[in-house]
Amino acid sequence: MISLAQLLTLSGILFSLAVAGIFLNRKNVILLLMCVELLLLAANFNFIAFSRYLGDLNGQVFVFFVLTVAAAESAIGLAILVVLFRERRSINVEDLNTLKG
Amino acid sequence: MLIQILFYIFSTILVISAIGVISTRNPVYSALALVMCFVTSAAIWLLIEAEFLAVVLVLVYVGAVMVLFLFVVMMLDIDLAELRQGFTRFAWLGWLTALAVIIEIAGVVWAKGGLGIDTSSGGSPNPADYSNTLELGKLLYTRYAYPLELAAMLLLVAIVAAIALTMRHRPGLKKQDVDVQNAVRAQDRVRLIKMDAEKGP
Repeated sequence: MISLAQLLTLSGILFSLAVAGIFLNRKNVILLLMCVELLLLAANFNFIAFSRYLGDLNGQVFVFFVLTVAAAESAIGLAILVVLFRERRSINVEDLNTLKG
Repeated sequence: MLIQILFYIFSTILVISAIGVISTRNPVYSALALVMCFVTSAAIWLLIEAEFLAVVLVLVYVGAVMVLFLFVVMMLDIDLAELRQGFTRFAWLGWLTALAVIIEIAGVVWAKGGLGIDTSSGGSPNPADYSNTLELGKLLYTRYAYPLELAAMLLLVAIVAAIALTMRHRPGLKKQDVDVQNAVRAQDRVRLIKMDAEKGP
């Protein structure tokens, strides 16, 4: 029997690895997008763990919607990335300073 | 007991491939490691009886989203050396943050009464004739029918946005222009010439 604590710890490890990935690869937009996917996976782990712990299916429905939104997000993100590369010939985050933000 | 062993095996693979995602040099290897992450996560979700979501994770993520990632990674001609610059400069900060978050979460989860609930149990297993997909479908099409339609709308908007963003109009492309085709008159295209018939030999 897998306990709630084990699942929460696993998702915590996954989440923190993804945060570390955002620190490490902060120049590469593709890897940043992948790290966001990893973050969402860790969040989904928590939803499913609590859904099982409480015997309540609503958590799994929420994971379904998170998957939908994440798929839309990565599709648009990659489309923006392709357009960006076509304009700038680079996907370095530091080159994206047109808005002077 | 078997479930525990399987859980630890899959968790180890999951964590190792997550480390692979964030630390390999080549984005293609990162994408493949992320595929591994999703597959092992699906296996763990099967162990905790979220069968429908496990299947959806493999179909949607490994089948569609990660293939899209691989397409984009291979399509772009990226200068990797430049992107790797400064990788080690903030590496210690990244690992330190990761370690701090892990220690905090583990501390809260494993402390006695840390969450105010009994975290050592994992919920009761479902009976043998229980269908996860059926129950999820009942919920999705009754209580969450309106959010489901919103999600469908969102996906439609995402499709339109992705196509509109990446479509480009190159000059000098040979393609049909319906207006020009309709405006053509016969005298622009056909020229009638009077000539004598050829004589046979």
